[in-house]
Amino acid sequence: MDLTNLSATQLLDQLKSGDLSAVDCNEFFLKRIQAHQSLNAFVDVGENGSGSLAKSAELARTRAAAIDAGEIKGPLAGLPVAIKDGICAAGVETTASSRMLERFVPSYDATCVAQLNQAAAINVGKTNMDEFAMGSSTENSYFGPSLNPFNTGHVPGGSSGGSATAVAAGLAPIALGSDTGGSIRQPASFCGITGLKPTYGRVSRFGLIAFASSLDQIGPMAWTAEDCALAMNYISGHDVNDSTSAKEDVPDFTQGISDSLAGLKIGVYPQFFADGIDPAVETAVRDAIKVYEELGAEIVEIDLPHTASAVATYYVIAPCEASSNLSRYDGVRYTHRAEADSLDQMYMNTRGEGFGAEVKRRIVLGTYALSSGYYDAYYLQASKVRRMIKHDFDQAFQKVDVILGPTTPTTAFKLGQHTADPMAMYLADIYTVSANLAGIPAISLPCGMSEGLPIGLHLQGRSFDEATLLKAAHQYQQATQWHKQRPSMDQEVSA
Amino acid sequence: MISESQREAIKFEDVTVIIGLEVHVQLDTQSKLFCGCSTDHGADPNTQTCPVCTGQPGSLPVINQRALELSIRTGLALNCQIARYTKWDRKNYFYPDLPKGYQISQFDQPICGPGQLSVTDAKESFPPRLVNIERAHLEEDAGKSVHDDAGRAKSKIDLNRTGTPLLEIVTKPDMRSAEEAKAFLNELKLILTYVGVSDCDMQHGNLRCDGNINLHIDIDGETIATPIVEIKNLNSFRNAERALSYEAVRQFDAWQEDGKTIGDAPKRTFGWSDAKQETVPQREKEEAADYRYFPDPDLIAVTISEQQIEDIQSTIGELPPQIRERLKADYSLKQYDADVIVSQGRGVVDYFLAVADGCGSGKVASNWVSQEVLRHLGETETEIDQYPVGAEKLTELLKVVVSGDLDQTRAKDVLAEMVESGASVAEASDKLGIVKVDSSEIDSLCQQLIDENEKVVNQIKEGNDKAVGRLIGAARKINPNANPGAVKDRILAMIAGE
Repeated sequence: MDLTNLSATQLLDQLKSGDLSAVDCNEFFLKRIQAHQSLNAFVDVGENGSGSLAKSAELARTRAAAIDAGEIKGPLAGLPVAIKDGICAAGVETTASSRMLERFVPSYDATCVAQLNQAAAINVGKTNMDEFAMGSSTENSYFGPSLNPFNTGHVPGGSSGGSATAVAAGLAPIALGSDTGGSIRQPASFCGITGLKPTYGRVSRFGLIAFASSLDQIGPMAWTAEDCALAMNYISGHDVNDSTSAKEDVPDFTQGISDSLAGLKIGVYPQFFADGIDPAVETAVRDAIKVYEELGAEIVEIDLPHTASAVATYYVIAPCEASSNLSRYDGVRYTHRAEADSLDQMYMNTRGEGFGAEVKRRIVLGTYALSSGYYDAYYLQASKVRRMIKHDFDQAFQKVDVILGPTTPTTAFKLGQHTADPMAMYLADIYTVSANLAGIPAISLPCGMSEGLPIGLHLQGRSFDEATLLKAAHQYQQATQWHKQRPSMDQEVSA
Repeated sequence: MISESQREAIKFEDVTVIIGLEVHVQLDTQSKLFCGCSTDHGADPNTQTCPVCTGQPGSLPVINQRALELSIRTGLALNCQIARYTKWDRKNYFYPDLPKGYQISQFDQPICGPGQLSVTDAKESFPPRLVNIERAHLEEDAGKSVHDDAGRAKSKIDLNRTGTPLLEIVTKPDMRSAEEAKAFLNELKLILTYVGVSDCDMQHGNLRCDGNINLHIDIDGETIATPIVEIKNLNSFRNAERALSYEAVRQFDAWQEDGKTIGDAPKRTFGWSDAKQETVPQREKEEAADYRYFPDPDLIAVTISEQQIEDIQSTIGELPPQIRERLKADYSLKQYDADVIVSQGRGVVDYFLAVADGCGSGKVASNWVSQEVLRHLGETETEIDQYPVGAEKLTELLKVVVSGDLDQTRAKDVLAEMVESGASVAEASDKLGIVKVDSSEIDSLCQQLIDENEKVVNQIKEGNDKAVGRLIGAARKINPNANPGAVKDRILAMIAGE
């Protein structure tokens, strides 16, 4: 039995029909997680074999047995889900891939985790990420990088790289990630899977370890748009514990994804194909445009005049918020604490030891930009540009329903390729950050391959109109096979 | 530069003291500002905490609507403009009892804008003073650090207080003496307790005060100012007054000594030492703190509707300044007497009004409430609602006093009995053997006294009316129910008529 070719939706059908027991399904994926530990998709703190990954596995086994016994029921009964380690799950180490939180065990579930538990899904483990979600390759993880299953010499992208690796390698049919500037979509693109960043406020942030609160959003990562729609049905909605979660009605996202795209207006911004884009990526995206035309969509050229400022804007706002959000990791309560003779020295030693280089870089950037005398020139100015970027999208969505482009300028880069050059790393987010700044939903889906590595197609939509994005992505996946590309894995295990 | 001899020519009486206050008031909510934890005092350390108020990863704040209402209520009571749009900002600094590494506060859009509070002194030691309120903003409290002063034991942190809602009320530097500052604090506390936003219990830190003070000195048509000092943590109004008085003189002496003005030195922070009865400099940081305020992205801005403000306004009721005016105008009370009643809180005011309306004399009611009732409350440390003699019963008693049927002294005996046993006026009177004495009885009693006290009668005839007092005393020994006023009048009349 090989379950890796099944989408989450297909797997759930088998679980529901009784063809597959929750225990068997769960064991299949737990074994694969064990067998593919070299990919470093999951965080495992503590002794190998008895650490946090083993703890998650035990909890998963108990739940699977309870589901088969009929003690736990729910619409996702038995569906394995991998959870990004920046999302709190009660009783299991939640580290955000930082030494600072190596021993942190939350007493509470993130709202989305509680919602999935309520639906009787099974958390099979916590996935690796760039420390505190800061990065585009998982190379900033304290626990080392995850590897791209399509080519283990390449990064899986980031920050939700562990989730992307887990899905692409068939270690879990579906995973949760979080996206602050592209952290779901860029790794989805690099790993040949589908990843949705919902509208800001669509999914509760309660329990998501904050990087940049006004940009962070949790979302699903899976093989297909249909699977993302399935997950969205359970993690969306207003949460009294998150004041920024929206009081918007939540549709059934799986309904209507099969509707025709006839008449759909798709905007293309020519500058998406300007300097710096890999020709293979451009070709694949232009081919995708043709597919959409064949599906009945109308392609409209649009202008997004402030796009060029998006990365700069993002790298002011996100570090500003991060510098404040990460102040709580001070060594006083639940974090790593360094020895010292004075309070100030304890703070310095703790944060010096506990945070990695990229996190420190962003804390320094943000602290500087918020400082007296610099606030107006940086934070305030960036906030103004952010509103202009949002306005660009508002204007564009007067004309079109969806904006199409590449998710990333290149396919997955090599491990170590950009680690010495933060600016090159930041430019991996060039197409994705705008959606976070504007708060709009966006999805990445596979649209080609180049030298054995996947290429991602990026669709952005109107606020709270994830349904149109999911429909457009699903229809594309009905017409193409790119989402069925699987990495050739060396060490397969038979379940 | 002002020369030393010029400085020496200036006397302290010539300088103007400039005082502004920052008052932190703990709002009387059941739960904290951004989570559901209790705000009660006295629980074991760190038992009233949750992931939100201990700043655990992934936790998010949710605003307590009651705290917003109480802030608006306070603003309205202090004649403040209420913001229609207000937002939350983070004040970033590191301290072990600040779990998130920032305090959620309000920086540039406080919930309450400019307002004012008028302060008068019943004893008229200073002229009426209008104190402008600059703003009042809502913020969360920090936790409590418990240090071992000897430096031997480790410091401990209690986060029970963390996240408790505080309203910080900031005045303009409009007070001109420590007495005015104290009077302002008293009036502020009175108003806050009237509108029920805080118990203002200073012992529990539910009202905390910092004072900013300097001096303005006029020399040769120019005004120079001394460096501003902030005195932190004034933990009682008495200490606030003492500290500000002391600091004014200290600044004057320092200026006489060194001539330093506001431009020569940065603002300094002092504390008040109870033991030394002096203001003492506190440890100062080398650099000015940069709190890196920015809007809190975890919270949405608050819009306040006209309707919301009207609804709260309609429940505020009459406030101390208006009640004082009404007691003076409608009940003929003096400023001082009105002040005594009003300063006791709304319960005593309502009690007084019921008694005054019932017995028909504001003055009599005021005397009895201020003296008898308040003395009893003070001695027993109880509140008016626990006083054994309700307004109706005191009214009944005072009616007899107003009509002259019962003299003050006997009436006080009756009241004491009513307080003691909970008796009615009639029951207490019976118990004390009080019966109404008719005029023929008074006549015969007076005649008896005149006959028996020839010496005293002669003194009165010689013009010493005061001597009658001795006869009144004698009358009360024979018949305790005899009204002293009636006895006096009758005796003087009978002697004059002879």
